[in-house]
Amino acid sequence: MANNLIVSTSPHLHSGASTRKIMLDVLIALSPAAVMAVVLFGLKALLLIAISVCSAVLSEFVFNLITKKRQTIGDLSAAVTGLLLALTLPASTKWWQVMVGAVFAIVVVKCLFGGIGCNFANPAITARIFMLISFGTTVAGGTKTAFSELTAGATPLAAIKAGADATALPSLTDMLVGNRGGAIGETCAIALLVGFAYLLIKKVITWHTPVVFVGATFLLSLLFGGFDLTASVYHVLGGGLLIGAIFMATDYVTSPVTSWGKVVFAFGCALFTVIIRYFGSLPEGVSYAILLMNIISPYIEKLCAPKPLGAVSKKGGKA
Amino acid sequence: MLGFKFLGNTHVPHRKNTAAMPAVKMPPPKEVLLPMGGQIGAPSTPVVKAGDTVKVGQLVAEPAGYVSSAVHSPISGKVTKIEPYLCPNGKTVQAIRIQSDGEMTVSEEVVPPTVTDLDSFIEAVRKSGSIGLGGAGFPTAVKLDALKKGGIDTVVINAAECEPYITSDTRTMIDRIDAVKEGVLLFKSFAPTVTRIVFGIESNKAEAIASVREAMADVEGVCVTVLPSKYPQGAEKIIIHNTTGRIVPEGKLPADVGVIVINVSTLATIADYVKTGMPLVEKTLTLDGGAIANPMNVTVCVGTPIGEVIAFAGETKGEIGKVLYGGPMMGVPIRSLDEPVRKTTNAITVMTREESVKNDSTACIHCGRCVTACPMGLTPTAFSKALEIESKEDKVQRLEEYKINLCMECGCCSFVCPALRPLVQNNRLAKGVVREHHDHMKDKK
Repeated sequence: MANNLIVSTSPHLHSGASTRKIMLDVLIALSPAAVMAVVLFGLKALLLIAISVCSAVLSEFVFNLITKKRQTIGDLSAAVTGLLLALTLPASTKWWQVMVGAVFAIVVVKCLFGGIGCNFANPAITARIFMLISFGTTVAGGTKTAFSELTAGATPLAAIKAGADATALPSLTDMLVGNRGGAIGETCAIALLVGFAYLLIKKVITWHTPVVFVGATFLLSLLFGGFDLTASVYHVLGGGLLIGAIFMATDYVTSPVTSWGKVVFAFGCALFTVIIRYFGSLPEGVSYAILLMNIISPYIEKLCAPKPLGAVSKKGGKA
Repeated sequence: MLGFKFLGNTHVPHRKNTAAMPAVKMPPPKEVLLPMGGQIGAPSTPVVKAGDTVKVGQLVAEPAGYVSSAVHSPISGKVTKIEPYLCPNGKTVQAIRIQSDGEMTVSEEVVPPTVTDLDSFIEAVRKSGSIGLGGAGFPTAVKLDALKKGGIDTVVINAAECEPYITSDTRTMIDRIDAVKEGVLLFKSFAPTVTRIVFGIESNKAEAIASVREAMADVEGVCVTVLPSKYPQGAEKIIIHNTTGRIVPEGKLPADVGVIVINVSTLATIADYVKTGMPLVEKTLTLDGGAIANPMNVTVCVGTPIGEVIAFAGETKGEIGKVLYGGPMMGVPIRSLDEPVRKTTNAITVMTREESVKNDSTACIHCGRCVTACPMGLTPTAFSKALEIESKEDKVQRLEEYKINLCMECGCCSFVCPALRPLVQNNRLAKGVVREHHDHMKDKK
């Protein structure tokens, strides 16, 4: 009988979970939104998605090659970043702009900080903000969908901000289906909610962040908007709130791990979003809100650390 | 209903292939090796020397101190050697090697003890060499001493058996239910402060639950708490919480919250000893794992080489990669198939080479699965991060702040980690760093 036995520390069993499987689940969860993006905004959307994903993956590949690091594109996180970035851009974005954005997301925001798990801010969001600032005329705002009867491609939130009355806004059905101006992946609420359900079923994320983020945004909009129910509904469905709350604020690396931490984090996101939307000069605030909360996430995590079973608070103060 | 939430939420596969198999008795081996330690407490002191003849049940080593246990010969024959033995915990102890004469003559020392009160009961348990059969091997008599001080109102019978594969406790509750009941009655007779005896059994053991319920129907103050089949229900602090709602404070013992926890097979062993005087020289264990073609429950002499037990079960599937004392979550790998079955061995898990190879770990993605999985409410990632702190003092301070001492190494964090981080290994390392630091500080004083 063989006697060359392997000796290692316990546990000797693993659940089979892997970073790659998680990222694949996120890609699957994003696919309804991606499909709807192409349906609503045409081949331009497909082109944006393809360029963004390819640029993201390729730039991570090249970065690892140059810096002689272990290749990490297999974990699919770069693909997620690329897809997510594309979905938050309007169809008017130029092909080279999305390329610059994707490379910025991967190289500057992610790889330079040490790669997956080490970035303090969400790469897709940071790149989107970078693009908003750099390429304002084509990246800010939205374009109208192929089915839109409206002439302008302005997002509903921009319209509200500009003082449009309710009749100028898309119908509620249009808002749910995604037939409204906006970034290619953010408009179809139903597709995003399908993705949310998938992530919950696969236990990739918990309900805390999206539900609190969206719920608090709705309530705070009611409060700040003088209890205008219609406006609050448009605040929930009209901007990038759903995609941000479901797919970006739930980014593992840049948000707290505990349930209470997530609740606090999500509430902070909602508060900043509404403050920016109501009191800032911008129609949209989700990206900035999430980025701000990314930065203070470690402190929230510290405040909301779980209490160990039977822990005695201070050294020497044993009960 | 209990007014609290069950702790422990990790879906570890059950793989209870042997649950319906009563134990098969394996013939006694030609030779046994009895290590004097390897579990909690001081190594025992041999009272025999090379050349001595011994009989089944004869005392061959006595406790060396308070937290220590007696060892008895599982076979009759001759002591051939007393040799150094490297325990899985890294300590070297003495080990007695006994060659069988094939007779299995029972020693005249084996007579039922006289048990009339709590003191004589605990003394009998001490003589029986019983140690916690759940894993840690804490001397049972030392645990029971808490009954003398009073204040113990609850005995929790740990029958959770939450590790994959293992069904030896399940079989105890079915095949040895009379001994289990006698054990319960011993507590009822001699421990007057105990008002409640609770069996904690995972829900996946319907037959065992029914067996215990039926046997205990006419015993007052005994109940069964059906625990969720989620790992790690059998961890001491977790089962105390999930059966009584009590929380053992950091640095305290179950007795400090009025509880004693006893493994169900330990209970049956004690009852058998009180009845027959035969100490713990035989172990029923589950032999299973990916490399075992015919999983089984088998009763073997303590000290039998593990290789022989595996051979007894017949063919193996594929190349053997790893062999564990215990189950795959907390089991300790053995270095050689010559290593003996120990009193604490409730299972031998034999894994194939493919199952044994661990993949490389990748970067932590901060998903929080380890934090959610930790039944003790710890933050495993924080320990790993703290280990990287340069200054030793700061490192130790941070580790203690995050309560590294509460980690029981159950394995949940490593099990769920998608990046395959060696979290339990890091925690062990961290505990070592803290211990070393305190020893160093003590030496300085």
